[in-house]
Amino acid sequence: MGLFNLACTKKYCLNCSVPQDQFPVVTVALAGNPNTGKSTLFNALTGLRQRTGNWPGKTVQRAEGSFFHRNKRFTLVDLPGTYSLFANSVDELVARDYICFARPDVTVVVTDATCLERNLNLVLQVMEITPKVVVCVNLMDEAERKKIWVDVELLSSELGVPVVATAARSGRCLDKLVDAIDDVASGRIKTSPRLVAYDSEIERLVQSIELKIRPLVPEGLNPRWVALRLLDGDRSIIDSLQRYLGESKDSSFYWGGEGALCIR
Amino acid sequence: MYQVGSHGSLTSALDEINRSLPPEAKNAMRDRIAGGIYSSAEKIAGKVVSRKGKQINWDQKIDDVLTSRWLGFPIMLLLLGVVLWLTVTGANYPSQILTSVLFRVKDILSGLFVQAGAPAWLQGLLVDGAYLSLAWVVSVMLPPMAIFFPLFTILEDLGYLPRVAFNLDKFFRLAGAHGKQSLTMSMGFGCNAAGVISCRIIESPRERLIAILTNNFIPCNGRFPTLIILSTLFMGGAVAASFRSVVASLVVVGLVLTGITVTLLVSRLLSKTLLRGEPSFFILELPPYRKPQVGRIIIRSVLDRTLFVLGRAVVVAVPAGALTWALANTFVDGLNLLSHAAGFLDPFGRLLGMDGFILMAFILGLPANEIVLPILLMGYVSAGTMVEVESLATLHNILVLQNGWTWLTALSVMLFSLLHYPCATTLLTIFKETRSLKWTLIALLMPLSVALLVTFTLTQTARLLRLA
Repeated sequence: MGLFNLACTKKYCLNCSVPQDQFPVVTVALAGNPNTGKSTLFNALTGLRQRTGNWPGKTVQRAEGSFFHRNKRFTLVDLPGTYSLFANSVDELVARDYICFARPDVTVVVTDATCLERNLNLVLQVMEITPKVVVCVNLMDEAERKKIWVDVELLSSELGVPVVATAARSGRCLDKLVDAIDDVASGRIKTSPRLVAYDSEIERLVQSIELKIRPLVPEGLNPRWVALRLLDGDRSIIDSLQRYLGESKDSSFYWGGEGALCIR
Repeated sequence: MYQVGSHGSLTSALDEINRSLPPEAKNAMRDRIAGGIYSSAEKIAGKVVSRKGKQINWDQKIDDVLTSRWLGFPIMLLLLGVVLWLTVTGANYPSQILTSVLFRVKDILSGLFVQAGAPAWLQGLLVDGAYLSLAWVVSVMLPPMAIFFPLFTILEDLGYLPRVAFNLDKFFRLAGAHGKQSLTMSMGFGCNAAGVISCRIIESPRERLIAILTNNFIPCNGRFPTLIILSTLFMGGAVAASFRSVVASLVVVGLVLTGITVTLLVSRLLSKTLLRGEPSFFILELPPYRKPQVGRIIIRSVLDRTLFVLGRAVVVAVPAGALTWALANTFVDGLNLLSHAAGFLDPFGRLLGMDGFILMAFILGLPANEIVLPILLMGYVSAGTMVEVESLATLHNILVLQNGWTWLTALSVMLFSLLHYPCATTLLTIFKETRSLKWTLIALLMPLSVALLVTFTLTQTARLLRLA
């Protein structure tokens, strides 16, 4: 377990000849509903002390931290908690745009084992955007106390992505989570997300739109997802495309800073 | 034909879809897409989640009490009272020890300077100025902070804050503000700068500004000790020893309630004048209660807070202390500069139930609220006769016997501390959040006007009624 916090990492790096900045970097986004323990997980993995607290909406500032594992540097980005990615609020827009346009190597969706159903909505939406997803079923300790059991293997085969059960507060099973993140990032595990099948009329419309826009959608964006957003009349996706397309080539990505939320 | 790779043509694709689908079909489309996701989630969850046995929903039962109409408020006040009482009682002992140790160190330091043959001004500047203010901060301000903050964090970790928000929601809505403001207000108890940042959870810019501008009316961790010490010395001192800390806590609870009332009144005023509008609707989720990680909270917040306050003390209190000493020992026209400045401010101070030294301490304390009281003591001590500080009782002597404080002075100082402008860090945060010099200035001047108005009215009324 000690592998993951900074103190141990430093020691680990002193022993190896490669300077820290020459490790290959893996970017990992942490998405999830509010109050599922994203920040707790973030702190447990990075050894940083991002503010945690038991109230929804606490993470309002961008938080980034990193840790080392298997000779790689993992940069974690703690996204604001959201229930969906429909871009209804600034938080949702920020989270969606980050997953879409900053294109992290892996997106971890942190879910609450005690109310999995509501959390799965977000998982399904994230999987529509990117196949590189790891689902973390967190708060397993709380679920056990409430006598709720989650069949992790079945969930994994239902979703087509790796699922890891954790209890971030006590640090339980975080090593498995990190292994899964690395496996997905490196391609050792090929994910095959089972996407939501909509009713036949929507599927027909989506397919026809998808065909038309396929050549227009920039590489790395899922045309089916863009088609769905066009279909549900979400104009913000076009605004975001215009805003980020130029920047997506270089790795710098601006989101959620003062600019996005500031009052004018 | 579409241009390959141009996203501009996506807009035309969207327009084409818009044309081919009637608007009501589009709205329905969105619902159907969301519905598709929900039913998939439901199906999967149904397969993988199983519940064993019947489970009593304790969270619900607890919430029925904590957010109930009749018990919600009394419980809230009781919790606040208990937290403050623990702080008042708990801070006393370490405060005594720190005072005696730190002031003994001062004597040793002075001795060393004399032995080394250092010039008197150097000893004065470093020991009687810089070190003394540091000693005041550490011995008087630090213990209450180190107790209050972890207790507050435990309540936060437990999940109690959203329940407070739930209880207060209707008042904020009546004030034309956002219900979530009660959450951001609660965060202000820890630190106003953190409270201002947390206002980002409020989506509407109008309501967010109201929340930002009024966050200052909640006493932060840097101001709590001032309130606690003064109410212990003055209000608690008026009753039998066994009730002292209870009375002191009650006074501070009263001050917090005053702060909340002013928050609501000013929010209402703002939403009727500068920031007109209707309160927006929101859904507040009551998170499950979670067992706080008590050990970790205590260790972390004591360490973090201690280091933070010590850091700020070194950065702010030390130079401010040195400056105060220098002012007190630079003589112009037979009177030192400190007394000149205090004398200039004195008439204004008197109008507000305070004196020139107090006003100057508030001005010098702009960088950090936790140094206001230490700087005040510095001013009193270095301008008057030197006193040997042995215990907290000395504090009472300095204030009452040497500088003629009454209950009215203490109350005015407490109210002024509660209401006056936010510290420089918070102002900077407000500027960063609003990106507007105008609103930052309002955040400075509006609370100041409120503080002046309240202390002036209080003092004049008390004098008219011959209460003081």
